[in-house]
Amino acid sequence: MKRDEIRETLIACLSDVAPEIAEEEVEDDVDIRDELDLDSMDILRWVQGIHKALGVEIPEEDYGKMTSLGDAIDYVAGRI
Amino acid sequence: MAEFVMPSLGADMAAGTLGKWLVAVGDRVAHGDIIAEVETDKGTIEVEVFNSGVVEALLVEEGEKVPVGTPLAEIGQAGTAAESVPVSVPAAESASVPVSVSVPASVSAGIMTLGGGADLDGPMATPAVRRRAHELDVPLQGLSGTGEHGRITREDVEQAAVAEVQPPSGDRVRISPYARQLARQRQIDFTDVRGTGPEGAITARDLEGAPAKASAESPKERMQRAIAAAMTRANDEIPHYYVEHAIDMGTALEWLREKNQTLSVNERLVSGVLLVRSVARALCKHPQLNATWQGQEVIRGDGFHVGLAVSLRGGGLVAPALRDTDQGSLSELMARMTDLVTRARAGALRSSEMTSATITLTSLGERGVESVTPIIFPPQVAIVGFGAILTRPWVVDDQIVARPVVRVTLGADHRVSNGHQGARFLGTLDRLLQEPGKL
Amino acid sequence: MGVDRRPRPPHVCEGSVVTTYREAIRTALRRLLLEDSRVFLMGEDVGRYGGAYAVSKGLLEEFGEDRIRDTPLCESTFVGAGIGAALGGMRPIVEVMTVNFSMLALDQVVNNAAVMRHMSGGQFEVPIAVRMATGAGKQIAAQHSHSLENWYAYIPGIKVLAPATVQDAHDMLLAAVEDPDPVFIFEHQMLYGIEGPFDPKATPSSPWQAAVRHPGSDVSLIAYGGSVHKAMTAAEELEKERISAEVIDLRSLRPLDRPAIISSVSRTHRAVVIDEAWKTGSLASEISATLAEEAFYELDAPIARVCTREVPIPYAKHLEDAALPQVPAIIEAAKRSLGNG
Repeated sequence: MKRDEIRETLIACLSDVAPEIAEEEVEDDVDIRDELDLDSMDILRWVQGIHKALGVEIPEEDYGKMTSLGDAIDYVAGRI
Repeated sequence: MAEFVMPSLGADMAAGTLGKWLVAVGDRVAHGDIIAEVETDKGTIEVEVFNSGVVEALLVEEGEKVPVGTPLAEIGQAGTAAESVPVSVPAAESASVPVSVSVPASVSAGIMTLGGGADLDGPMATPAVRRRAHELDVPLQGLSGTGEHGRITREDVEQAAVAEVQPPSGDRVRISPYARQLARQRQIDFTDVRGTGPEGAITARDLEGAPAKASAESPKERMQRAIAAAMTRANDEIPHYYVEHAIDMGTALEWLREKNQTLSVNERLVSGVLLVRSVARALCKHPQLNATWQGQEVIRGDGFHVGLAVSLRGGGLVAPALRDTDQGSLSELMARMTDLVTRARAGALRSSEMTSATITLTSLGERGVESVTPIIFPPQVAIVGFGAILTRPWVVDDQIVARPVVRVTLGADHRVSNGHQGARFLGTLDRLLQEPGKL
Repeated sequence: MGVDRRPRPPHVCEGSVVTTYREAIRTALRRLLLEDSRVFLMGEDVGRYGGAYAVSKGLLEEFGEDRIRDTPLCESTFVGAGIGAALGGMRPIVEVMTVNFSMLALDQVVNNAAVMRHMSGGQFEVPIAVRMATGAGKQIAAQHSHSLENWYAYIPGIKVLAPATVQDAHDMLLAAVEDPDPVFIFEHQMLYGIEGPFDPKATPSSPWQAAVRHPGSDVSLIAYGGSVHKAMTAAEELEKERISAEVIDLRSLRPLDRPAIISSVSRTHRAVVIDEAWKTGSLASEISATLAEEAFYELDAPIARVCTREVPIPYAKHLEDAALPQVPAIIEAAKRSLGNG
């Protein structure tokens, strides 16, 4: 799976969690919790969405490896 | 040149008698000097002058009673010759106040004959017209007269009075009470609506098709207004007290981590669910905090319905109730909590969820603050605020160790409970979180 | 109160006959005299002459002098005697020739009838019914033509009714005699001859509530007694011009059915009050004030009052007509309130 496709999927999952940010330009290198005002429940739902879309299981202790969208893409790309 | 006038020496004083002059024409006076004695109903009072200069004229004789505001003396600039100062007595007083002027040489007798103290620069009007102006409270100053030689006529005064009564441009639109009420309810801008009712008033029918107010409130503004009202009421009415407690979350978080490892990603719990459950369990022991204040009495909650303060991205705040938080497994509670928060953010809450909470829980820890001092959401009687779970030095068995610690603040209504009870509640909460397996 | 304020159309039901207002009152009188031995009728010329408006014609012959009593021309005496009889356990019906003459009895009304229950701490009641003619239109001049029922409606302790229909003329008299308190019935002198549907056996509707005589949605015409008929005519005329007027018949002047008035105006948002009394200090004033106080935000136009000119009612026909509220004035006021008058 190409990086672009992963990115698209992650953003789609993110917009399920927070529809109001779908139109925003999500940059790859900013802290999404801060930038998009996500809390731990949002992150959990995002992780659940990624699991459903790509079959990637993300353990809780790895949430820290997904602080920015870029990090998350790298992380998911490595687990597919 | 300045005037020294009969001062008002009390709200009820209408006139005063000049008892005694303490200065004479030609005397120098300075700001603050006592220059006259005035007799009032309450006794004789010394009066000071507020200008510095030379007394150029004493206009009122000793023993004369004059209304408040009547010029008593003229104070000229120091060094200015009295002869160069023209006489000027305001028109309003000129008719009734006997004036004794030391006539300056430069004023020609011809001008003086014009009216024995009439205002030379002021408007020209007959006494009858002046009286009418006074009755109608129309100032003659600035009125342009239409009579002979620009004299102000009775009609000029009456027209000016009517003009004054006219509504200032569009401020007061003629509209029926019913139509005004409708316009308010439907947020209709009626300023450009043409009235077809009696005397051209706008009626309800005229409002059909009128535009909505451009500045109609958005749902977000409405929400903010509601929050403002509730919080203002809380601050005005509720005597808050606060107690704070730091809780070691090490055991709970470790338990949660292990638990989540055994669960599929869709069943995972967040720490918030532990907090909600532990608050519910603590309330079982301290039910006086789980209630609503209805006017004069406390109504105990019919269950442990915890309002979750959910901030909406882009502003706004709702606190829908998660009902019966003491019941069901943690997984079930988690599922209900996820559903509630999701719907809150999507604006799909049920009305019962908006009103049934018996206590509110707010957590700002996600944003890193150490503690929250929350305001009670009326008619509830308590609110619990959680700060961030931060790793801190913590003493365990006389050893300083690093532990994840959360600061919990209880804000409660002192009409219903007291600090002692609040402290015990937080103590219970702490103990419950040390045994997460039992939650 | 759960009362249907919607109108009942004026049709003749089964069991109904068409009769006159006068006849309906006489029917009620007969029924009361037959059914209750405590009831008797008393007043000037009610016996041998048959009543100034011929209401009691034939009753003397049927019931005898004990129960149909002609009295001296002294209102304070026979109204006072009626009050005394009521205190003594009788159910007197007193006829005063017109409201104009009833002024002589006002002392008995205000200082005895109205206060007895209050001053005796509820021990005494005065179950008297007093009937009298009111209003103008018959060219009988100022001393026989005034509408002073608002003076009575002002007094706490008594009740005041103004039947406008044939059925009400009958039913209200029954209700008045049944009531434990003094009840004053004002019969407009122009109504004695009118005809209308009448069912002597119909269950009487409560006399204390107003009725919608003609439903409408644009403007409320609020009237009582003789003015109801003028309001009805006005409503029919307005209908031809596609203006839907609602006619409210107040029926009871004390207590006033304020909820009915407010309810109607809350539907139509416009009010024209028609009252044959002089405007100043009239019931029309009271109704207007009630609307201003309690229905201000329902008003889409200023309240209008159509009342009698503030003069003694003239004798001359054209002057009498000009002094009284008339249909064209009601129509004009209704249109003005709609903004197209």
